[in-house]
Amino acid sequence: MRRVGVFVCWCGSNIAKTVDVKQVVEGAAKLPGVAYATDYRYMCSEPGQKMIQDAIKEHKLDAVVVASCSPTLHETTFQRCIADSGLNPYVFQMANIREQCSWVHSDRDLATAKALDQTAIAVGTAIKGRPLARSEVPLTKRALVIGAGIAGIQAALDIADAGYPVALVERQPSIGGRMAQFDKTFPTMDCAACILTPKMVDAAKHPNITLLTWSEVEKVSGYVGNFDVTIRKRARSVNMEKCIGCAVCEDKCPSKVPSEFDDGLGTRKAIFRPFPQAVPNVPVIDRDNCRYFKTGKCGVCAKVCPAEAVDYDQGDELLSEKFGAIVVATGLDLYDPARMTEYGGGRFADVVTGAQFERLVNVGGPTEGHIVRPSNHQEPKTVVFIQCVGSRDDTKGYPYCSKVCCMYTAKHATLVKEKLPDAEVYVFYMDIRAAGKNYEEFVRRAQEELGVKYLRGRVSRIYPEGDKLLVKGADSLAGVPVEIDADLVVLATALRARDDVAEVARMLSIQTDQYGFFSEAHPKLRPVENIFAGIYLAGACQYPRDIPDTVAAASGAAAKVCGLFSRDSILSEAKIAEVNAARCSGCLTCKEICPYDAIEAEVITDRMTREERTVAKVNEVVCQGCGGCVAACRSAALNLRGFTDEQILAGMEALCRE
Amino acid sequence: MSGVEEKGAVSPPQEGAQTGTEGTLTQPLPGRERSAPRLLAFLCNWCSYAGADLAGGGRLQYPPNVRILRVPCSARVDPAFVLRAFRLGMDGVLVAGCHPGDCHYSKGNFYTRRRMAVFKPWLEYLGIHPQRFRLEWISASEGRRFAQVIREMVAELEELQKQGELPERQLNL
Repeated sequence: MRRVGVFVCWCGSNIAKTVDVKQVVEGAAKLPGVAYATDYRYMCSEPGQKMIQDAIKEHKLDAVVVASCSPTLHETTFQRCIADSGLNPYVFQMANIREQCSWVHSDRDLATAKALDQTAIAVGTAIKGRPLARSEVPLTKRALVIGAGIAGIQAALDIADAGYPVALVERQPSIGGRMAQFDKTFPTMDCAACILTPKMVDAAKHPNITLLTWSEVEKVSGYVGNFDVTIRKRARSVNMEKCIGCAVCEDKCPSKVPSEFDDGLGTRKAIFRPFPQAVPNVPVIDRDNCRYFKTGKCGVCAKVCPAEAVDYDQGDELLSEKFGAIVVATGLDLYDPARMTEYGGGRFADVVTGAQFERLVNVGGPTEGHIVRPSNHQEPKTVVFIQCVGSRDDTKGYPYCSKVCCMYTAKHATLVKEKLPDAEVYVFYMDIRAAGKNYEEFVRRAQEELGVKYLRGRVSRIYPEGDKLLVKGADSLAGVPVEIDADLVVLATALRARDDVAEVARMLSIQTDQYGFFSEAHPKLRPVENIFAGIYLAGACQYPRDIPDTVAAASGAAAKVCGLFSRDSILSEAKIAEVNAARCSGCLTCKEICPYDAIEAEVITDRMTREERTVAKVNEVVCQGCGGCVAACRSAALNLRGFTDEQILAGMEALCRE
Repeated sequence: MSGVEEKGAVSPPQEGAQTGTEGTLTQPLPGRERSAPRLLAFLCNWCSYAGADLAGGGRLQYPPNVRILRVPCSARVDPAFVLRAFRLGMDGVLVAGCHPGDCHYSKGNFYTRRRMAVFKPWLEYLGIHPQRFRLEWISASEGRRFAQVIREMVAELEELQKQGELPERQLNL
């Protein structure tokens, strides 16, 4: 019989507030197999951990149960703690009495009863637990970075600088992402291109970085240290080696389509680079809009190309590569203002989004940086900015704050005042959230020195009147309705998760939150890791972020990747399937259903009959421990270490104890 | 049946007709509502368990009748575990995994879905009301949904209890 120690945590008042911890300890002490039970205010703290280690020695414990928070948070903490005192880290179970008990119940007696039951399950499971070992697996010291915006570029550069090879995959024709579209950056007002483009060039020239633009990751399998990834290099229709980047093809191409890069304000050709500073400086042919591909007639680009680089027959290429770690930096999308019908829903030319304004004010944009009304190309005399369009709005948008809009609206207002000093500029806001280095000062400067008029209140409606837009709103501080005849209205639209986030999450087997942003392993303590080992997160795919936060997260993710790569091998899963060959009938149903091809047939000599027969064998390095095979085994020959049939049944029996 | 009588001895006085068949299973803690139906939830580690954690993070309240057992994947849940839980006296069993297609182990929940589809008609055959068992897909982002499923299932079990569909508890295994 095992001697189990039970340690019940108060978690300050998090658990103790709703669960009578003393009663759980008393109840646990009476459970069969429990040799010692106690409680402490913070079991995960150093004194708490020492308490466990001392108790292991003093009471000769050979299994440990900690009743505290979710195992996601502190399972490894306590495993390390008991390993330090000589126990195998797998003779350990956790009872989650915080996230799944004290935080979700208010009746103290019922919560206490549940906490004791959860502890009993853990004790029952621990009694049947066995020491487990992990084997060493080699790892591929090569990183995949998905998405080459500022986050992906930064992460790739940091990993590459540490000496590890990186593949940087981007689905657009050029790297650069959202930041490449921006004009100036708050609060320093240096131009986005001036700080981004050198990084883009660095990434392209770095000997350790392979750029794969106009490419998408199609399939990911494997596990930390050993991911097998299929990348689709879409047909560019231009030979990258031959192209000299002269852009003659773009000049001569007869097909014009709205430019995605200019957010629909300008046009591009069917053969195009999103912007002249594109990296790589090689155009792609947008086959859906190309005359040659649609009608078979044209071929102008091929005729004018001095390098004979245009190749209409180029096909997609599938690359199969191995990586040890994956950084996800897929960025974000923007709220569609068409959902805001009271603001015109995209019907009024002079109501633009913040992203469009960014192009309008950019020297590289469709108006070469002249702020004009899209309807008549006249300079606006009155500009109205509306914040929180789709943010902090759970009826038509998202309940969360998009974090960057207060700042970029202040930046936009500043830019209007700098370029058109006589223009009247109004900002409708709910609250100003300017938390960041020099952020509050920046907003104050717009308000106090530049004379931007900030009105606290919402806009109820915008409608055309003559050639103007009548903005009807309220100034809630003055308590009066406001009407402004505006020439240009800029909506600070919410930042949201990418449209295809579910597919990406599925491909990588990672989780998203309720809004579709990727989930961190822990929101505070492991902010750049996913719970799936070997996958790291950077930038706005996690939550709306500004550039400094994004770069910091990217460098954080890169540091985690480098930490992983500094090891020569990694440890395989301990909780994996095992075969009892004596029971195995060799039907190999398990082999059929294993998602990892971790089960193979093995011929053994039967100990009883001395005859050869086939049984299943688990590849311990490949098995990920889902246990699907165990439940499928007809002869109960398979078991899952750490989640054995015996452990699960013992847990249930302990729960339903007398 | 002697076990049941013995347990009757440690139970506090029963109230009402319904409770006479209830509450003989566990050592009661003071104040425990002995007549409340008990639900066991097998939650897959990657989606549903994380969803339950998210419900905790959001302080979403749900009935404390549920006990949670973590499994790596819903495919780990042998239908025999479900039967054993009923035999041990649980009133309801929930198996929850990732949404089909979202399985952390890529296809485990497809197996679960097929297994449980075959298994469920068996329950009726064995005299177990089919509403006492549920298979649900709850993702890591669906804390709200987790709380909702537990609320629904507990309400259903309470209804079944009123209708006398939950059997007398026995421990003679």
